[in-house]
Amino acid sequence: MIKRKLVGAHYGFGDWLLQRGTALVMALYATLILVIMAVVQPSTYLEWRGIFDNRVMAFLTFIYLVALFWHAWIGVRDIWLDYVKNTGVRLLLLMATLAVTIGYTGWAVQILWRV
Amino acid sequence: MADTAIRTKKRPKNLDIMSIRLPLPGVLSIIHRLTGAALFILLPVFLWLFERSLATPETFAEVKALGNHLIVRLILLGFIWFYIQHFLTGLRYLLIDLHKGVELEAARFSTKVVFAASTTLMLVIGAFIL
Repeated sequence: MIKRKLVGAHYGFGDWLLQRGTALVMALYATLILVIMAVVQPSTYLEWRGIFDNRVMAFLTFIYLVALFWHAWIGVRDIWLDYVKNTGVRLLLLMATLAVTIGYTGWAVQILWRV
Repeated sequence: MADTAIRTKKRPKNLDIMSIRLPLPGVLSIIHRLTGAALFILLPVFLWLFERSLATPETFAEVKALGNHLIVRLILLGFIWFYIQHFLTGLRYLLIDLHKGVELEAARFSTKVVFAASTTLMLVIGAFIL
C-alpha cells in the first residue's frame, strides 16, 4: 500500500525549478528597473507615476511581483515544512501563507491598474 | 525495512548548538533563509509604500518625506541589505545548480566572494542613502 502524507515535501521538483525560474525573472526585472531609474531619475510624482503608467512597464512589474509572490510562497512553505512538525499547525500555516500570497497578487493588480 | 533500521540504530548525536561550528557556506545558507523570511515579512510594507507612492501627488509626497528621517533611511538600508544578500546568495545557488563551483574549496571561496560583494555594495549604497 502506498502511504502518502497529507502534507510533505514529496512534490518537490516542479517547485524547485519554479524557485529558480522566478528568481531569474526577478533578476532580469531588477536589471531593467535599475537602468530605467538611472535614465529617468524620477524625483517628481509625475515622473515616478509615468514609469508605471506605461502599459508595458505595468505588465512587466506585474510579472515581477507574481514571480516574487510565487518565489516567496515556495520559500516560506519550505521553512514551515522544515520546522513545523505538527500536521494541523503546518496545514494552517501553509493555508495562511498561500492565502496571503494570493491576496498580494490581487493587491498588485489594484496598485498597477487602478481605475 | 531499511528505513526503520536506520532509525533504530544508535548513532552518536551532538545537538549542542553552542559547540557546533557551522562552516561558512552553512552560515551563508542560513542567512539566505533568514533574509528570505525577513523580506517576506516586510513584503506588505513594501507593497503599501509602492501603492501610496503611485496613488496621488499628496501620498507620493508623504512617502518621499519619510526619507527625511534618519531612522527610516537606516531601515531602508537594512531592507536593501536583506535584498542584496538574498539576491547574491541566490545567484551563487543558481551557479551551483549548474554544477559550477561545487567542490569544497570553490564553494568556500564563492561564499567569501558573496560576502565581499554584498558588503561592498552596502558601503556604496549606504554612502548614497545616509
